[in-house]
Amino acid sequence: MIVRQTSLNMVYELAKQDERVVFIGSELVAGTLKKFKQDMPDRFFMEGVSEANIVGLAAGLALEGKIPYVNTIATFFARRAYEQIVLDMCLHKAKVRLMASGGGLVYAPLGPTHLAIEDISVLRTIPNLTIVAPCDADEMRRLMLLTLDYPGPIYIRLAKGGDPIISRSDPPFQIGKAILLREGSDALVIATGICSKLAMDAATELASQGLEASVLHVHTIKPLDTAAIDQGIQRVPVIVSIEENVTIGGLGGAVAEIIAEASLDRPKRFARIGIPDVFPHQYGSQASLMEAFQITTQNLVDKVMKLSTQSYRSTPESLRK
Amino acid sequence: MMTVSSFPISPRNTPLDERSLSLRRTIVQMVQCANRGHIGSAFSLVEIIRVLYDTILRYDSRNPRWPERDRCILSKGHGCLALYALLADKGFFPEQELWKFCKSDGILGGHPEYGKVPGVEASTGSLGHGLPIGVGFALSAQLDKAAHRIFVIIGDGESNEGSVWEAALCAGKHQLTNLTVIVDYNKQQSYDSTLVVQNLEPFAEKWRTFGFGVEEIDGHDLNALRHTLSRLPIEDSKPSAVICHTVKGKGVPEMEGNPLWHHKTKVSEEEVQNLLRHLGG
Repeated sequence: MIVRQTSLNMVYELAKQDERVVFIGSELVAGTLKKFKQDMPDRFFMEGVSEANIVGLAAGLALEGKIPYVNTIATFFARRAYEQIVLDMCLHKAKVRLMASGGGLVYAPLGPTHLAIEDISVLRTIPNLTIVAPCDADEMRRLMLLTLDYPGPIYIRLAKGGDPIISRSDPPFQIGKAILLREGSDALVIATGICSKLAMDAATELASQGLEASVLHVHTIKPLDTAAIDQGIQRVPVIVSIEENVTIGGLGGAVAEIIAEASLDRPKRFARIGIPDVFPHQYGSQASLMEAFQITTQNLVDKVMKLSTQSYRSTPESLRK
Repeated sequence: MMTVSSFPISPRNTPLDERSLSLRRTIVQMVQCANRGHIGSAFSLVEIIRVLYDTILRYDSRNPRWPERDRCILSKGHGCLALYALLADKGFFPEQELWKFCKSDGILGGHPEYGKVPGVEASTGSLGHGLPIGVGFALSAQLDKAAHRIFVIIGDGESNEGSVWEAALCAGKHQLTNLTVIVDYNKQQSYDSTLVVQNLEPFAEKWRTFGFGVEEIDGHDLNALRHTLSRLPIEDSKPSAVICHTVKGKGVPEMEGNPLWHHKTKVSEEEVQNLLRHLGG
């Protein structure tokens, strides 16, 4: 089951059990949620290419007690309707659930206008917003069940789907609580969304080379589980973050902020893997763009190995007090 | 070729009664306390807001979240001085709050805030947000088959925003008869006249083609406002747009249509006394 389809099916299920649930799409693929439209036509809205209005009216519906699930392409939320997300949704603490299709490089063939490369970074700055990037369809299902009664607005970053299942039902999924998928004391890999699968593969590869890595799956980027990250970074000498988002201000940026402010007694070796500070310059597929930007298991293995073996830089005499 | 409004009545000549003058004096006193405020933008709105709260809206100021209340969003949030004067007058909050306008210990800011000011239905200020939110309110009421109505007051400068027209299309499509857009058409935006900055004409025709029943009235004429707003919707199966022809700064000749009074800071005591004198104070 692909992730987007799972999330849409869940909206149908939630709507069946709770009359407050409404669905709003912009201009989605013909036949989207056909059964929802058939069974609950009053609560199904397809409002056309007008994201500013859609986010605003969703906020209005939410302030009146409805729970709107709104679906369009991720970047049309994060770029086009940014101010409506900030003011109409977040300032009002409106219980709107944005289902952002194609987070990251999913729409590679469609080019830079359709790629949500910085949504995590820009949305992370907005007070009251919750941002979640599940790693697979099973986790999406667990998340969606919690969205009904969760207070405040949520941005749900949808991966392409068909992704291998790595999530487990235990420990129970909690919004805002990172999941330690694997434990090791040589390095910590911090990942979000489908990159957690790359992190798990890298940890297996590293183990075969004699390095034990922890993998912390940060499905909720905001509110960030700073306690789990803070605990994780203290246990290891090497930390690498990986995400399908620009490294500036994304998950890696957030981790860097925590490391920088942790007042640790020993310095950490740290690297961020993600999209560099450029617009994607080629088409192809999500996989080929991730390869081009080195958001790969191999790069993760290489980074951890390199950081584990390199010596600390010493401060030049001239800069010492 | 420039198209200009064909509305035949000049709202400049419409007389103001003592209540309208008194509300304006309150606004001047708030500006005096804060030493700032969008005074001209508030003066064009006074009669619209006054008639809404005196005659049209159903509400309970002691229970501002009463579910059956009519919802009124001041989307041109910079006109908030007029709204605050009315909300205080109706008992939504104590009058003393008016004199803390823009102060750190007050609840009344330069734009109205939801959750902070009793009676304010949505935080506005950045333009083009109130109508989409109001469409959401109206859709919710339509879904619930609730009888309450939604009024959204927008500005003419605000009508430059694309989101206004996205929301208008949507309201027309859903035949939101419970929604009324009131346009404060004072024809003066911050920089210059709407005719120069971004001409909206033919304005009424635009709303009609977006699926609204439309009426144009003198927005300072109490009887015209009462007459139109008590006979909504204007057309069956359509949302309503009431285009109120108004005068920015209405009530003080030197302020009327003068862009320098769009947002005023550093108002001198002499200016305040002069304004109050014009307003019968």
